[in-house]
Amino acid sequence: MLVDFFYKLRKAQIPVSITEYLALLEGLSSRLSGYSAEGFYYLARATLVKDEKYFDRFDRIFGAHFQGLEESFAEAFGQVPAEWLARQAELLLSEEEKRRIEAMGGWSALMDALRDRMEKQKGRHQGGSKWIGTAGTSPYGAYGFNPEGVRIGQERSRNRRAVKVWDRREYRNLDDDVSLGTRNLKIALRQLRQFARDGAEEELDLGGTISATARNAGLLDIRMVAERHNAVKVLLFLDVGGSMESHVRICEELFSAARSEFKHLQHFYFHNFIYDSVWTDNRRRHDQTIGLMDIAHTYGADHKLIIVGDASMSPYEITMQGGSIEYWNEESGETWVRRLLAKYPHAVWLNPVPVLSWRYTHSIQITRELMRERMFPLTIRGLQDAIHALKFGLN
Amino acid sequence: MQQRFLGTDTYVATEDLMMAVNAAVNLARPLLVKGEPGTGKTQLAEEIAKVLDRRLISWHIKSTSKAQQGLYEYDAVARLRDSQLGDERVHDIGNYIVKGKLWEAFEHGSQPVLLIDEIDKADIEFPNDLLLELDRMEFFVYETRQRIQAKHRPIIVITSNNEKELPDAFLRRCFFHYIRFPDKPTMEKIVAVHFPELKKHLLRDALEVFFDLREVPGLKKKPSTSELLDWIKLLMAEDIPREALRSNEPRTAIPPLHGALLKNEQDVHLFERLVFMNRRNAR
Ligand SMILES: Nc1ncnc2c1ncn2[C@@H]1O[C@H](COP(=O)(O)OP(=O)(O)O)[C@@H](O)[C@H]1O
Ligand SMILES: [Mg+2]
Repeated sequence: MLVDFFYKLRKAQIPVSITEYLALLEGLSSRLSGYSAEGFYYLARATLVKDEKYFDRFDRIFGAHFQGLEESFAEAFGQVPAEWLARQAELLLSEEEKRRIEAMGGWSALMDALRDRMEKQKGRHQGGSKWIGTAGTSPYGAYGFNPEGVRIGQERSRNRRAVKVWDRREYRNLDDDVSLGTRNLKIALRQLRQFARDGAEEELDLGGTISATARNAGLLDIRMVAERHNAVKVLLFLDVGGSMESHVRICEELFSAARSEFKHLQHFYFHNFIYDSVWTDNRRRHDQTIGLMDIAHTYGADHKLIIVGDASMSPYEITMQGGSIEYWNEESGETWVRRLLAKYPHAVWLNPVPVLSWRYTHSIQITRELMRERMFPLTIRGLQDAIHALKFGLN
Repeated sequence: MQQRFLGTDTYVATEDLMMAVNAAVNLARPLLVKGEPGTGKTQLAEEIAKVLDRRLISWHIKSTSKAQQGLYEYDAVARLRDSQLGDERVHDIGNYIVKGKLWEAFEHGSQPVLLIDEIDKADIEFPNDLLLELDRMEFFVYETRQRIQAKHRPIIVITSNNEKELPDAFLRRCFFHYIRFPDKPTMEKIVAVHFPELKKHLLRDALEVFFDLREVPGLKKKPSTSELLDWIKLLMAEDIPREALRSNEPRTAIPPLHGALLKNEQDVHLFERLVFMNRRNAR
């Protein structure tokens, strides 16, 4: 019975190993868990699961495997996630969307109705169905006829143009299906290391000390050098435009990995495409901008340029004067990116949109050409290729 | 004989945390504790040591920490200098071996608690570099040809703020506990542990404000337990009347001394703006 459970966890891609299984057996034989199901559950979780992002998956398998525990799990699903509320600040709703929501009585009315609905539906839970209102008749269900309804329990962004989606399991829980993970990202970014010594001198320079000592007639003359560290310099441009919303998480992971890997990292934000200025602070996008020419004058040509964006927009936004959706740009985005590339030939574009759909989006093709094919998907493989390309200049 | 950790009169432990601690102590494996800052990870190690009456040896990890520093370091430069100065000590290389925290724990006379705090601060390979020593509970000092073996396998508590993912091989050897942010009843207990003399109603009102504030969308750094405790301490010191914490319209008033809860300037702005908007809408 326990072995079956173990294999179910593995099948659900929770990385459990024999080592951990044996530890669980050891724990059980030493009566650590006592005789309660709860005790067993806690012991099994502490032994088998090493990342809170798998907790939810573990819970579901545990619940299904060991009967009689469904009750308590149902409870956990009944609450409206606070995280959802938090997200609203990030989601920059369009005026249109806000109006639609108002039409439904505003967010709080929507949430109340939703909560109510959930309560009622709790009793109706069936077999493996983990979502509420999956049938499509519920205005709050995933495929509800009411387009204003908040979608529930669907993988995010089935249709990106829909009203904001929230997928309660995703936020309520810490489950995370992104295969990348910061560790993998970091290992990929490491390939870009260029070691150099500068900064405080805190390591003994053995060769230097020997020759200095010899020259000093054998009297010790200690020489110190700075520790070797990664001296690569990176300029990171991040698209924070509306369509990037569904890629926020992967971009945050990339950013945090990059920030800890590169000592010399400057980052900037843009909306859809790069024009004469970009933002230095995503939150205060109107008062903290920096001109592209200022960037070019401040940071040397030895910087590597990494642009992250979905490049999905109307082609005019790239090719035309005044094409920006935010303000009147005197020169086209294309012109500005060319300038940037002329200054920083070690450049790549990372695109979170799956490669397969690149050819259907005209603006992606334009951007790709502009980047001279140096656009890579934001996957581990893509990142590895991008890092490799960064080592060689465009020319 | 099994030993049980049930929390202490200065530390509130949830069921699952107790289980994780007891499993790690009794089955002699490291306990990895993760959770956002201020959720009591560091204090947990202190409490375990206190309850089990063990010595606590703390190794605080920094971004420049190396695994070898936990074992020992050989100060070759000092030895060279001594040799030039004709110091007698130079003949014993042992004089220049500087013991690390792991060594200290290994040679302690009774079983200690070894805290490796904020392991995720170090380089991503750091945990892997410690695997062998933590597994075998021994290491070799090449300079003196000594094998250092643990007299008593230390109870090992490792904390992480989740800044970096840890390697699988390392994770497999640990028990794991994730400290979730405390819910209201747990938080009430935690505060009570720190301020037993705090009036019940004041506690309830303060928690109301605190949890409301944590829900403010878009905060860069949500206030944690540490901030809550600091804030309550201030409230008590300033003798803030209960009424100041209560308002009929939630979220339309700025709580007293809110600077102790929100330490980030952006967050303070965001919050003040929100309160202002709510107030306007409430009219
Ligand atoms: N469960 C708890 N019981 C008692 N005090 C707690 C608890 N959790 C957190 N605290 C208090 O919160 C503060 C932060 O705890 P600390 O151990 O430094 O957190 P961390 O190491 O997770 O950042 C301390 O003052 C601690 O006493
Ligand atoms: Mg700590």
